Amino acid sequence: MTSVCFYFQVHQPFRIKKYRIFDVGHDHHYFNDKSDRDINNEKILHKVANKCYLPTNKLMLELLEKHPEFKIAYSFSGVFLDQLEEFSPETLVSFQKLVKTGRVEILEETYYHSLAFLYSKDEFVRQVELHRAKIKKLFGVTPKVFRNTELIYNNELANFVEGMGYKAILAEGADNLLGWRSPNFAYRSPGTTTIKTLLKNYKLSDDIAFRFSSKSWTEWPLTSEKFANWVNEVNGNGNLVNLFMDYETFGEHQWEDTGIFEFLRALPGAILKHPDNEFITPTEAVAKYPAVGEYDAHNFVSWADVERDLSAWLSNSMQHEAINNIYALEADVFATGDAKIIEDWRKLQTSDHFYYMCTKWFADGDVHKYFNPYDTPYEAFIAYNNVLHDLRLRIADRKTKRVQSKKDVVVKKKVAKKVANRAPTVHVKKVSGKKAPKIAKK
Amino acid sequence: MFGWEFPPHNSGGLGTACYGLTKSLTKSNVSVTFVLPKKLGGLNHDFLKIVFANIRNIKIRGVTSLIHPYITSELYDEYLLKAPEHQLYGLNLFDEVRRYGLQARLIAAEEPHDVIHAHDWLSFRAGIEAKRISGKPLIVHVHATEFDRTGGKPNQFIYDEERRGLHAADCIIAVSQLTKNVIVEHYGIEPSRVMVVHNGIDHKDFRHALPPALKNVRESGKKVVLFVGRITIQKGPDYFIKVAKRVLELDPSVLFVVSGSGDMEHQIIRLASDMGLGDKIIFAGFVRGDELLKLYRAADLFVMPSVSEPFGLTALEALANGTPILVSKQSGVSEVVTHALKSDFWDIDDMADKILNVVSSRGLHDTLGELGSTDVEHVTWESAAGKCTQIYRDIINSAK
Repeated sequence: MTSVCFYFQVHQPFRIKKYRIFDVGHDHHYFNDKSDRDINNEKILHKVANKCYLPTNKLMLELLEKHPEFKIAYSFSGVFLDQLEEFSPETLVSFQKLVKTGRVEILEETYYHSLAFLYSKDEFVRQVELHRAKIKKLFGVTPKVFRNTELIYNNELANFVEGMGYKAILAEGADNLLGWRSPNFAYRSPGTTTIKTLLKNYKLSDDIAFRFSSKSWTEWPLTSEKFANWVNEVNGNGNLVNLFMDYETFGEHQWEDTGIFEFLRALPGAILKHPDNEFITPTEAVAKYPAVGEYDAHNFVSWADVERDLSAWLSNSMQHEAINNIYALEADVFATGDAKIIEDWRKLQTSDHFYYMCTKWFADGDVHKYFNPYDTPYEAFIAYNNVLHDLRLRIADRKTKRVQSKKDVVVKKKVAKKVANRAPTVHVKKVSGKKAPKIAKK
Repeated sequence: MFGWEFPPHNSGGLGTACYGLTKSLTKSNVSVTFVLPKKLGGLNHDFLKIVFANIRNIKIRGVTSLIHPYITSELYDEYLLKAPEHQLYGLNLFDEVRRYGLQARLIAAEEPHDVIHAHDWLSFRAGIEAKRISGKPLIVHVHATEFDRTGGKPNQFIYDEERRGLHAADCIIAVSQLTKNVIVEHYGIEPSRVMVVHNGIDHKDFRHALPPALKNVRESGKKVVLFVGRITIQKGPDYFIKVAKRVLELDPSVLFVVSGSGDMEHQIIRLASDMGLGDKIIFAGFVRGDELLKLYRAADLFVMPSVSEPFGLTALEALANGTPILVSKQSGVSEVVTHALKSDFWDIDDMADKILNVVSSRGLHDTLGELGSTDVEHVTWESAAGKCTQIYRDIINSAK
């Protein structure tokens, strides 16, 4: 028996606009670019919705209606869902329709698609909780399986997430950790008791996500029959084929004219032709298959680049400085009690900001450049750094206001005392009338 | 090869470029006879035969030549008025260029050669005359055009000399794509006749240890932003001053250093003091050798706001010393370095934004410095000489 488990990542960050140091202290809107550039979040969302989300959702719904055996899973970042609500409610409706079929599972992740687990466990937990609430609100379901940002994973995370009650966690099936073993089974992390680890079959996943339209690939053109045959070959030496990829594969990374939609349209039928094949969701997969061994990840693995590590977000000193700076603000941010400041601070934690600062392959002009809306990693850093300056000013500003209003309270009490000792005068009203709005504002 | 300046007698990048290129050419089995218009002392370069045009002209004059690589004809007239009579051997710039050309004929007849390579406009006529005598193919190498030097207001005589040289040449070498574009656009040259050969640097010249410069300034926590170049309209020193003003409004602890001299020097010093930046900008004068290396290393950022920069060797030198660079997009060097900040020279706010971020962020500074210096490791004279050698080979073969 071979169970095919499809999971699609759906995410869009709030990209920072061109924000100069001279904007610090004047402009507190960081994500509202309205230009023709690719940092215009609304523009990008509409573009990707038209090229990918809307047509692919339509196709997925057709496939779910046509094949009662077909099942898929999605993970939506919270910031993506925010942007759907703001810019494209019709896309949100189309996702909701898919979930209503009952054969579409939703996975948990951090609301802000962040690296919080590496820097603040408290914030990590809060963002997971925010995500859970958002999914419940929009889709009426509660996720049982966790996947961390960019499939970043290690033993500690698996143990931690088990403690949060999840039944499964997804990870990259990295060769150096698997050794001779196959990703086509359920595994468990050392130290865990219930949670299982599902590993991405990166070869078959990347055949679709990366190589599909590559004419220099010996297997090009890839047909659904050929792909189904590769799945069939797993029969006998595995029971689970985890196909994990970005949803934008369909129509955005692989454009419509590559034939990607025809491929997808025919794929479930081709796979189901073999009587021993089926589709399965992550929750069903871990219920059905026992863990066959340990997947021992001392160091972090991810699904990014050939390195499959953290270097896409955390390799040069700019990236480290930026991320250390943002998490250093945590206590001060919460001390403000200001919802807008907290939200902006969180939007700045999205992993994409650090990805844009990556210099690894900058000179070669590869995939990083393709996915970078800024001209250079340096521009990405400078915009981010300037925004941080502004955020710090806002935090400091709230602090002085709080100190000020505390002083005001003391003064008010003193005045009230004095007044109580004397006969009431108009003066009292004047004082309290003047100070009241400030306190109320806080 | 016809040039007009050579280290240590150089006032700009042209001499450095001729030195670096010829040195690497001789290593790749090209024998170079380098012709200079005027006898100069201290030229003891064992890899190269140097010929002085004026020595063959019977009268030996051991004095400063009036031929100066970055001269304008107005300046030349000024020199003429000031120079003692016995120093002159031309009545004006045109005469002097013509004289160099006539001498080139004699040299071409005496010195065996397969190809003639002339650097920039003052030697173009010499190249043409040499070709007339020997019939060998002529390559003209453009390090800068009159459009670059004058900020787009060319002197007609110099423009005509350049145009004549470009049209007479069998092949043209431009130091950047940017320069190639200027040649195509302003001189009516077919793009296919222009090859781009980027300049390089000799990395081992920048490796030795030196005592730190500006120690007190740095220990006081001040950040140093450096300008190196001739103080002329082409290099955008006025934009540097304006950027300094903008930066200092937000961060008064930054120190600006201007190294170089030129016809706008007094104007720029005045501009700085008019803007009230007298104690925030240091004018270091023309600095060379180890003193210049120390300046590069003392700087947190090197800024090259050139209005029009065919190449910009100093930017490579800064990077080779591990100093991050901010260069104008209107520069040839920006074509060969990736790990650099780039701005339009007129965008004061953009440059100030970048400078302020580099001086306040260790991470940005270090990433630019480390990756930038790795980036320029492949930008060498060997690579430039390799391309030139190939051009020689092709042109000699096609002439047969």
